[in-house]
Amino acid sequence: MTGVATSWCGQSIERVEDGPLLTGRGRFIDDLGIRPGTLHAAILRSPHAHAKIRTIDAAAARRAPGVAAVIIGAEVTAISASLVVGVKAPIECWPIAVGRVRYVGEPVAVVLAADRYLAEDALELINVDYQALPVIVDLLAALDPKQPALHEGLGSNIASERSFRYGDPEQAFARAAHRVSVTIRYPRNSCTPIETYGLVAEYDANEDAYDVLANFMGPFSLHAVMARALKVPGNRLRLRTPPDSGGSFGVKQGVFPYIVLMGVAARIAGRPVKWIEDRIEHLAASVSATNRLTTLEAAVEADGRVRALAWNQLEDVGAHIRAPEPATLYRMHGNLTGAYDIRHVSVRNRVVLTNKTPTGLNRGFGGPQMYYALERLMQRIAVELKLDPVDVIRKNLVPSKAFPYRTATGATLDSGDYAKALETALAQGGFAELRERQQAARAQGRIYGIGLTAAVEPSVSNMGYITTVLTPEERRRAGPKNGAQATATVSLDPLGGVSVHAASVPQGQGHRTVLAQIVADALGLKPSDIRVVGEFDTAKDAWSIASGNYSSRFAAAVGGAAHLAAERVKVKLARVAASQLNVAAQDIEFTGGRAHARGNPDNAIPFSRLAAASHWSPGLVAEENQALRETVFWTPPELTPPTEKDEINSSLCHGFIFDFCGVEVDRVTGAVRIDKYVTMHDCGRVLHPGMVAGQITGGFAQALGAALYEEYAYAPDGAFLSGTFADYLLPTTTEVPTPLILHLETPSPYTPLGAKGVGEGNCMSTPVCLANAVADALGLSAVDLPMTPAKLAAHIHVSEDSTRRT
Amino acid sequence: MKPARFDYIRAGAIAEAHAALAKDGDEARIIAGGQSLVPMLSMRMARPAVLIDIMHLPELAKIEVKGNSIRVGAGVRQAELLAWPELAERQPLLAAALPWVGHAQTRSRGTVCGSAAHADPSAEIPLALLALKGSVELSSQLERRRVAAEDFFTGLLSTARNDNELIEAIDIPCRAAGHGYAFREFARRHGDFAIVACAAIARVDGARLAIGGVADVPTARDFLDLDSGVLNDALDEFAVELEPRDDLHATADYRRALVRRLGRATIEEARRCRV
Repeated sequence: MTGVATSWCGQSIERVEDGPLLTGRGRFIDDLGIRPGTLHAAILRSPHAHAKIRTIDAAAARRAPGVAAVIIGAEVTAISASLVVGVKAPIECWPIAVGRVRYVGEPVAVVLAADRYLAEDALELINVDYQALPVIVDLLAALDPKQPALHEGLGSNIASERSFRYGDPEQAFARAAHRVSVTIRYPRNSCTPIETYGLVAEYDANEDAYDVLANFMGPFSLHAVMARALKVPGNRLRLRTPPDSGGSFGVKQGVFPYIVLMGVAARIAGRPVKWIEDRIEHLAASVSATNRLTTLEAAVEADGRVRALAWNQLEDVGAHIRAPEPATLYRMHGNLTGAYDIRHVSVRNRVVLTNKTPTGLNRGFGGPQMYYALERLMQRIAVELKLDPVDVIRKNLVPSKAFPYRTATGATLDSGDYAKALETALAQGGFAELRERQQAARAQGRIYGIGLTAAVEPSVSNMGYITTVLTPEERRRAGPKNGAQATATVSLDPLGGVSVHAASVPQGQGHRTVLAQIVADALGLKPSDIRVVGEFDTAKDAWSIASGNYSSRFAAAVGGAAHLAAERVKVKLARVAASQLNVAAQDIEFTGGRAHARGNPDNAIPFSRLAAASHWSPGLVAEENQALRETVFWTPPELTPPTEKDEINSSLCHGFIFDFCGVEVDRVTGAVRIDKYVTMHDCGRVLHPGMVAGQITGGFAQALGAALYEEYAYAPDGAFLSGTFADYLLPTTTEVPTPLILHLETPSPYTPLGAKGVGEGNCMSTPVCLANAVADALGLSAVDLPMTPAKLAAHIHVSEDSTRRT
Repeated sequence: MKPARFDYIRAGAIAEAHAALAKDGDEARIIAGGQSLVPMLSMRMARPAVLIDIMHLPELAKIEVKGNSIRVGAGVRQAELLAWPELAERQPLLAAALPWVGHAQTRSRGTVCGSAAHADPSAEIPLALLALKGSVELSSQLERRRVAAEDFFTGLLSTARNDNELIEAIDIPCRAAGHGYAFREFARRHGDFAIVACAAIARVDGARLAIGGVADVPTARDFLDLDSGVLNDALDEFAVELEPRDDLHATADYRRALVRRLGRATIEEARRCRV
């Protein structure tokens, strides 16, 4: 900053997004007009978890009122290609069933009709002759070689298997005083955005080009997947996003197969096609987070110091390996030691296929599954070795002076002071009082427990981490993949106004407000002087494969790119100003809407006049100094590809979280009441405290859902049991207490503004923190999510009833 | 999630609703607040040919005290009954149960009689009606009859209403001197259908406990001996006889345990509330 020490960043200014959203004037995909003649799609979905499709009789549906076309798998395969699959295996992944259904909810046919009602009427007229096949629901069954392969090209249901070794884990285990292990079954769940998928697809036969408006959220690496599936070059798939998108939390990545499917449908019908996913479709068949079976063992010294970890992870990606899977398993690969200084690690990773909905991005993306195992393990170490759980965490934290710290598995922890954050949280959060509260409750016969979690929150994913699933040899053949290109454009208009665009595809977070703060700071303007455009168009805007809104990359990467673009504009404007004000360019300052000479504020020119100069009198300004529009592509050099030893810096930034909580379990009902929840975050420099609090609170609420309420449940025959919001329970305002949020700020040295991501951390830390508290309360060694009252009451009632009977 | 085609009749008089019911019978459905029916229409779980809207009939939109009971017309929304100033005084059990019905938003649309008509086994209004030995007033072109709550709820989402009949009102007995009333419920979230709901009425010589959410219909039992051990055994027996089932939200064991524990607590509370 130059001049007066006013920084818009760091202030919780009012969000420009809120006015329209709070008054019902948001422009979501289903609010936007469509071209006359647009058809409405409805999808017939499989009622079977696994079946051969013998025949599809759509004759009656095709004759039904208002129906323009009925499209089945064979027509889709005729003019498109399989979606690229992320592992080296001869398997295909189509956006519609081809000859076989592999999960309940898989698309089988698409009806295009004059309106959605007529389309749904026609769905009922389609007759599909299914031949049921054996079903694999449980991920252990997928390991059974006697079970038939869901994808014949694979030969089994294990899609990928890799083992890794870092340091000398065998020796560490051999020498360890203790071995402590946990086995975790992490369930399926999802963050269920309030707005479901939606798109309008159009095909231009003259140019062989697709134009799709969809509430897709990125990553735009999937644009390449879609274009290849549609068999067009990238420049013939124009993908646009609407101005508003009603939440995503990763889930709207999963609209991409439908973009391909409806693109094909529009091409076949010769008319634009609109499809809005309904909630039933969304719950059954959008994307789920992965369920995972993890066995994690630690080599522990007598004092609780962990010397080595042995991970055995079995990941269930459902019926297809849909891009970018198996990324959920590898997103955390650099962070398998969490917040701890552990040098020896072994990993066995297996990815299996089952007859369940394919998985995809979901807030936390691999973190909830991983931390649930790691932090349950830390609690078990304390219990088994009779140590204070705080001490076990404290003793193992990465030391404060060790940053930047390279983890055993390859991540570079950029900055932090974990010990200080922990001690600050214990003091400010009232940990000592909480322990007294627990003692008092227990003295009254109440069931009360305390849980703790420490976690490193990765953000700004390395686009290359997924290639860790390949062997070094396979990677050499495929060529390097890495980086995290972020883009931002700052433009000046002929009245001197400043516009900003960034390919961040917001879904309600408030990106437009923060970008205005960042650019206003750089140019000495007010945020209200800056106009930020939220919608995005691959045909017009700057973008790259990492564009989009995921891995908490906005503040760190996109905000940073906007800052750099604004700085570039400023440098050029300073040169123009220098010529007008007769001072050197380096002596020009931008404050209060003016450019002026340092030390002589009267020698000034209004910003708007300066900014307009390159439009009105380009002759006055040297060509290289013309300030019109600057686009920055920024990628951090730290995000390198995996090494030959499979070390991977899977993310650029690493925030730190330390949570603790007190919970009470009701003796009659088994319900969990959260008495107190404290969450300490170090997410680097905070750009907008209100939004950071919003991210933390929102993540906490979703994590509480995962911990206590939510599960995508399947029957043994593969039937989907969580098909409505009466079955899949989201916590509402009456279920979510307000956590105490604390902060420590250690800026990231690797991002332009020092910011790190903060959006996903509580989805990683909170489920296990609550589980640790419940385990403490009930004295349980194993506790799986969701912790429903019925499950917990079984532990309480059994002991009480046995007492009563004697 | 779009309904199948249906015709819509906005009844301008009760006779018009009766006529439509007589004509279309089981192809017709009454729509009042629509809080259960509209989702069922959208999911095509219900596909009536005709919907008869009775929400524009002022004669059905009344809460009246008649003799010793409260008559709640078919047009009365749950929120209106909850806001009725005399409710807690006239019938404390109903006042205690109504806030558990859905959420403020759904109560502002949903009707009291609509909930009785829908007959969800875990719903609070049918439970209160049964516990209090209320009744349902049915009318058709041919006759008018009154059915006691215990005869009205015949099974899961099914009632003694004939296809040609309109529920005009429910009648709920007012509080009785010397009786105590209590309502307790456990659901996974606020506003969810109950896993176990308990309505208790304590008299000088015993107690009546009605349980919702467990069997296919709300079920009541009278207990004459409230001695702790005897009551516990009787509650155990009651819990088993309700034949609870496992579902996504709770096991049968858990439901039995709650019937015992929550049921006992509700009876005890009702006894404390006797005046």
